[in-house]
Amino acid sequence: MTAMPVVEASIPTKVSVRDLDFYYGSSKALKSISLPLYTNKVTAFIGPSGCGKSTLLRILNRMYDLYPRQRAEGEVLLDGENILDPSIDLNLLRSRVGMVFQKPTPFPMSIYDNIAFGIRLYEKLSRSELDGRVEAALRGAALWDEVRDKLNSSGLGLSGGQQQRLCIARTVAIQPEVILFDEPCSALDPISTAKIEELIDELSERYTIAIVTHNMQQAARVSDYTAFMYLGDLVEFGETNNLFTAPQNKKTQDYITGRFG
Amino acid sequence: MSEHIVSSYDRDLEVLGRRIAEMGGIAEKMLAEAMDALANFDIELAHRVVATDQRLDALQREIEENAILTIARRQPLAIDLRECIAAMRIAADLERVGDLAKSIAKRTVKILSEARVPRAIIGLKTMAEVAAMQLKDVLDAYAQRDVERARAVWTNDSELDALEDSVFRDLLTFMMEDPRNISFCTHLLFCSKNIERIGDHTTNIAETIVYLVTGESMPTDRPKGKSSSISPSVETDEPSQ
Repeated sequence: MTAMPVVEASIPTKVSVRDLDFYYGSSKALKSISLPLYTNKVTAFIGPSGCGKSTLLRILNRMYDLYPRQRAEGEVLLDGENILDPSIDLNLLRSRVGMVFQKPTPFPMSIYDNIAFGIRLYEKLSRSELDGRVEAALRGAALWDEVRDKLNSSGLGLSGGQQQRLCIARTVAIQPEVILFDEPCSALDPISTAKIEELIDELSERYTIAIVTHNMQQAARVSDYTAFMYLGDLVEFGETNNLFTAPQNKKTQDYITGRFG
Repeated sequence: MSEHIVSSYDRDLEVLGRRIAEMGGIAEKMLAEAMDALANFDIELAHRVVATDQRLDALQREIEENAILTIARRQPLAIDLRECIAAMRIAADLERVGDLAKSIAKRTVKILSEARVPRAIIGLKTMAEVAAMQLKDVLDAYAQRDVERARAVWTNDSELDALEDSVFRDLLTFMMEDPRNISFCTHLLFCSKNIERIGDHTTNIAETIVYLVTGESMPTDRPKGKSSSISPSVETDEPSQ
């Protein structure tokens, strides 16, 4: 599948993945993937375990660079610039492309510092400016009202759902352009899940979002576009509304309807 | 279509399909018997048709409840979602077909005492035969998931519209010939309208089948038969879904 799937030529593309191959050592995990992430849209990656969806997500901010013997070939253009280029500044890239993981990963420090930590890495701000940014980030992650009175208590004392929103606040605080979610709700209860989904909806007004999820209904609820992957191939990419009501590919249909053998 | 990993899911959907088939059989029988009752002034048969409608109503409720439960329990997607939605829509259309047949049967009971001009019923019988054939075709198309056949039913409805026109003109003629025919022929006019609407529900079902199989909606405007200036059909009469 080499042709770039174009659904809406009129919508600007933030990230453009082109003919992307990925290898773990000698095994090929992604086979010539091409797809767009449209600006200020939510794109969901779905597929059975081992299909390559998380791998694809981890390429978008070069997380794989942290591991030996992993390499990507092809192009991933962020605003037209190939982020796979070895000369790219990884710290800058990761400040532009933030990531939220499956399990909440708060730092063992205060709620305030959890947010401020990242900001301090990239910017020198006065105390009041920093306060403002922390508050804005916590508000942006719909957590402010719950933690405003205990900003100095440990982030580890929050509930799982609050911790996950703290991680989102931390990501939002450094003002990225793209946010990657790797199964952000799989460790959360339904209420916390609903809050995160509501948040993703709000965040999509300002950020381009990609989300990996095992929950098909979640993909159907939160995303504008969906990519279905299987064994390293991109099987189908399309508008979420179409993909979940009338998928074009039989494999997509079998997977989303629970018929996979 | 291969089977679901959860086999009870397959059974849920199978039951929906079987109940639709059952409703279809009952609706067909009601239409045929309502017309027989009218043509032969068979009052007992007419009463039986009226009584049968309860079974159809109960089945529709059952299908609706099962479809809603399946949606709540399994959150169906793609073809499964369309199966559930199609079952609910088709059940609603078939229930209406039953109502319309029942209405013909009730009218039969009412007009028995004033029966006149038996030849006035001939055109109606032809209409009912076409409607019954369309209904049978659409139910077969559902059973076989046959889009082409469903599209054919959808297109052929114009024949029924044309027949309704001609029945309308015939009945008008009988009424002008002899004013004593007016009451009887007016009742028959309602019957012809009922049959024409059965045709509309049949085309609704055809549209649902196309959606079920392809995921696409049919165009909103169906080709209409030529209608004369003295025509009973009003374009906005029965909004199709």
